[in-house]
Amino acid sequence: MSILTQEQTAQLTQHAGNIRQEIVKMVAAANSGHPGGSLSAADILTVLYFHEMSVDPNQVDNPDRDRFVLSKGHASPVLYATLAEKGYLPKEELKTFRKLNSRLQGHPSKKLLPGVEQSTGSLGQGLSSANGMALAARLDKRDSRVYVVMGDGEIQEGMVWEAAMAAGHYKLDNLVAFVDYNHLQIDGNVEDIMNVHPVDEKFRAFNWHVITIDGHDLEQIAAALAEARTVKGKPTCIVANTVKGKGVSYMENNCGWHGTAPNEEQLAQALTELCGQGGNK
Amino acid sequence: MSNETAKKIATRDAYGQALVELGHENKDIVVLDADLAKSTKTADFAKAFPERFFDVGIAEANMIGMAAGLAASGKIPFASTFALFGSLRVADMVRNSVCYPNLNVKIAVTHQGLTLGEDGASHQAVEDVALMRAIPNMTVIMPADATETKKAIHAAANTYGPMYIRMGRPSVPVLFDDSYEFEIGKGVQICEGNDMAIIATGVMVHIAVAAAEQLAKEGIQARVINMATIKPIDADIIVKAARETKGIVTAEECNIYGGLGAAVAEVLCEQHPAKLRRVGVEDTFGESGTPDELLQKYGLTAENIVAKAKELL
Repeated sequence: MSILTQEQTAQLTQHAGNIRQEIVKMVAAANSGHPGGSLSAADILTVLYFHEMSVDPNQVDNPDRDRFVLSKGHASPVLYATLAEKGYLPKEELKTFRKLNSRLQGHPSKKLLPGVEQSTGSLGQGLSSANGMALAARLDKRDSRVYVVMGDGEIQEGMVWEAAMAAGHYKLDNLVAFVDYNHLQIDGNVEDIMNVHPVDEKFRAFNWHVITIDGHDLEQIAAALAEARTVKGKPTCIVANTVKGKGVSYMENNCGWHGTAPNEEQLAQALTELCGQGGNK
Repeated sequence: MSNETAKKIATRDAYGQALVELGHENKDIVVLDADLAKSTKTADFAKAFPERFFDVGIAEANMIGMAAGLAASGKIPFASTFALFGSLRVADMVRNSVCYPNLNVKIAVTHQGLTLGEDGASHQAVEDVALMRAIPNMTVIMPADATETKKAIHAAANTYGPMYIRMGRPSVPVLFDDSYEFEIGKGVQICEGNDMAIIATGVMVHIAVAAAEQLAKEGIQARVINMATIKPIDADIIVKAARETKGIVTAEECNIYGGLGAAVAEVLCEQHPAKLRRVGVEDTFGESGTPDELLQKYGLTAENIVAKAKELL
């Protein structure tokens, strides 16, 4: 039985397409930013914000809200585009990304933008903050759940494993961590630079429940999140196999698009391609 | 000043006691430690409030990050370890996960500076105050005795914002009684005198008082200022001292670069140039030894303060 109805899938597809279009538009407008790792995480954030999480842009301080931490903070375009799609900020504001006086800093700032739950960007730190949020929810007997997205390159940071150890130790079953496993980092293939494989066994060894999925299959993402809710006494790691630059043909699986902005022509092509994937016409 | 100057208590012991008091007062107080709970004295809190105590193991970076997350959800975490590991080891986490989002995390460290003693240079943080002072939003506090430690810990819990509170391992004289008033950001004159001023912090405060007593015997009246808050520094009391005396000696158990002496120098240069001498660790690593031996060898003594003070006359 599928988790998502046909209608839900269609709606989520539309949101994901819109988010992808905004990602390439804002990176192009800034002439700076990280499109590749933003596009690879777009489907995950879409399902989180439009299906899974209990969050409300009109009640950003509600203590019972679920929390999301984008540990791979350089993928800020996907977070900003998702928050805009959800109504936290006007889409028009996305044009200010990476510009002076903007709330949309190169990497997310909790202080500046409501809806950003933690400032991130210096890699490897998000999971520890998420641990703290999950512990606080438990102490206060709240049902809040905490979600994190990390990069596969990011988990080369040793602090991630300190945090993974602690989350397993404290049995944080209100915590779900995604590894956006797109196989590319700045200097090349993750497997060539510093091999992180096997990711699932590493998390399992730290007493996590691990689910491996296709990170672009909305149904699989939703199903994994539903499964995580049933797991007691363990945090859940969702190893999401993804494609860096997903949705824009010339960016896909090309590490050159980790931190490069498209020019006008490339942007037009990207938007055309994304139209066919649910994005606005 | 207390009459019980013979009484000695380690500031870390006072920290442990203050945490237990706070635990009863405020359910949002949580404490984290990194496998040093017996040394940092957080074990008392752990015993009293086991559900609000988290020993994260030997993983300080994660401890700071977890404290950030707890604070983001409304808790008031006290993250404790030795000064070295709560500062230099985790500088990026303190900067990016705590201070940049301005989260209400208290980093309470013990075993400060040379007086950590026998473990030697690898564990003796003398650079931590300089580092913490350089991070925006961070408040840096170094209490002088047990009384001030308790008051500082209570003030830290009741004042929003990231704080670095630095305490020591060995017992030090109790200088203040319970009527002593501590306020974050305020220096306190504890000995009167208009010939010169000694501005001291932490473990050096009682040594500064001893230096003032030696100077008094030679007819030199030195005022002593206890500067428990290194950041934000109390510029008014520094400028007043510069106006009313012939010069200032600073005394701290930190590297002279970046610590109290540097902070005082910054105020003087910008607001009221005056003669200044700095007593501190002179840009060197320490070594193994007893706290008293180390203070002697590295010049953190009343005699050195007196000698530097006389240079100002």
